Amino acid sequence: MLSGSNSPLLFIRDVSVVFGGIVALNGVSFDMHKGQILGLIGPNGAGKTTLFNCLSRLYQPSSGDILMEGASILTRPPHRIAEIGIGRTFQNVALFPNLSVMDNVRVGTHARTSSDIISDSLRLAWIRRSETDVNKKVHEILAYLDLEEVAHTVVSGLPFGTQKRVELARALAADPKILLLDEPAGGLNHEEVYVLGDLIRRIRDERHMTVLLVEHHMGLVMSIADHVVALNFGKKLAEGTPAQVQADPDVIKAYLGSKDQ
Amino acid sequence: MSAAEDVVAEGHQAVEAVPKRAMTLGTGTSLLVLAVLLLVPVFVKNFIIFQMTMLLIYGVAVLALNILTGGSGQFSLGQSAFYAVGAYVSAVLMEHFNVNYALTIPVSAVVCFGFGFLFGKPALRLSGVYLALATFALATAMPQLLKLNFLEHWTGGVQGLVVTKPDAPFGLPMSQDMWLYYFTLAVTLAIYIFSVNLLRSRSGRAFMAIRDNEIAASAMGVDVALYKTLAFGVSAAITGIAGSLGAIAVQFVAPDSYTITLAISLFLGMVVGGVGWLPGSIVGAAFIIFVPNIAESISKGMSGVVFGVLLFLVIYLVPQGARQAASKLR
Repeated sequence: MLSGSNSPLLFIRDVSVVFGGIVALNGVSFDMHKGQILGLIGPNGAGKTTLFNCLSRLYQPSSGDILMEGASILTRPPHRIAEIGIGRTFQNVALFPNLSVMDNVRVGTHARTSSDIISDSLRLAWIRRSETDVNKKVHEILAYLDLEEVAHTVVSGLPFGTQKRVELARALAADPKILLLDEPAGGLNHEEVYVLGDLIRRIRDERHMTVLLVEHHMGLVMSIADHVVALNFGKKLAEGTPAQVQADPDVIKAYLGSKDQ
Repeated sequence: MSAAEDVVAEGHQAVEAVPKRAMTLGTGTSLLVLAVLLLVPVFVKNFIIFQMTMLLIYGVAVLALNILTGGSGQFSLGQSAFYAVGAYVSAVLMEHFNVNYALTIPVSAVVCFGFGFLFGKPALRLSGVYLALATFALATAMPQLLKLNFLEHWTGGVQGLVVTKPDAPFGLPMSQDMWLYYFTLAVTLAIYIFSVNLLRSRSGRAFMAIRDNEIAASAMGVDVALYKTLAFGVSAAITGIAGSLGAIAVQFVAPDSYTITLAISLFLGMVVGGVGWLPGSIVGAAFIIFVPNIAESISKGMSGVVFGVLLFLVIYLVPQGARQAASKLR
């Protein structure tokens, strides 16, 4: 499953981000390989979300580079990240609250479809065909994530756990190669976290995706990640298998506190 | 700062009030409304027909604002400027170049699309009340721009231009007013259908995604700047069509017909009709055309006060406008 010798899917080199005088990320480097679930851990303010936002081009690194399949993503505007296969979810759920579940997921296909306002207004034949394909795909994803029952419900009224699943569905609709999950377990109860871990693994195996998981929930990261990168104060502290990182004395001191948190 | 943010937040809420599913009427209701619009002119006097024509025209203009605000979440108090450009394009083409009135309408649409699209570019940096202010400035400037000396040969300056009312074609036995009504109705229906199609399409979803969450929309591949300016362009194009139809129906264009008052009326019409609910546009149009007359018939000297009270009642009783009233009836 892991293809360690091949060139990495995502290549992060010496990425630094400075806000004013504050160094949020300081020369962070790591690689992601196809099919990996990479857990990115660290306490609040360690720079996890900053790195995430560099990957979705919301922040511009002050130095370093990020390559996706060998090409730098740093010249791309944020809306041209989805098309190269980087999809994401957000820490506090960033759905389109007034749209139905189905429409939210339909927006997810935006980067994989095309249209113009004239053809859309006239509902030309090629638009109708494209919409049929979109609907088929959306229904498949909704079924996959067990969301069919709420397909036509406006998302703002749904429970938080369901909204998180809708966000995942929206990200999947863009056929990402890399799925960036920003604290997917946040706000979920014990059982939901367990189900989520299973789901992330299934998505990796069945939909052939690579997953970057930013997570506070150590249990989740340690149980599903193949590879873990630990950050603290914007620097990489340790990297390796979950067992290696968990055993790292610096990591224990900085993040974990006790082993079974 | 916080006061301004409050206003922005409140405005935002008004925009968010309407989920997309409740965007149109059911088939039965639509057919009923269509039948009424088709049949009534046969039984009423020319003056009423003229008023119904104006109802449709303002309905189109309110619908245009609804696409911008209800669809893409951007405010505009400058719709009168686009309406004016549309009206003048038709008037100038008809009176100076003898272009057929029907052919001036697509020209208006294209010119206003360009104008709206270009205006939308700098407006990208603004949102909420700040955008409302920028468009307000546009509305304030437009009448004076139309009076400019070097344009006077074409625009007629302060005097404006008289527009010839078209006859019914093919020797159809109907009055000019009735013909113009049916012509306007056909254009209105086409615009309504195209607008519903647009809002239900990939582009429409991009508009609404931007309205609801710009950062998430961008992460899904939506070019936020492009779609925001497109929404301005589309809204301006439709408003321009309304302006053209208005010029033909009123048979006159003059700078002072298109002041900020018109823009505020259209904004009012949108709120009364229900932000984001397209059929509400016609209800909003009816409100801005007829309620001032009703207010005047109640009290000539205090018509403004009566209008204010009526408006206050509407906002108090049905804050989401006609859409809310319609859903209560159901």
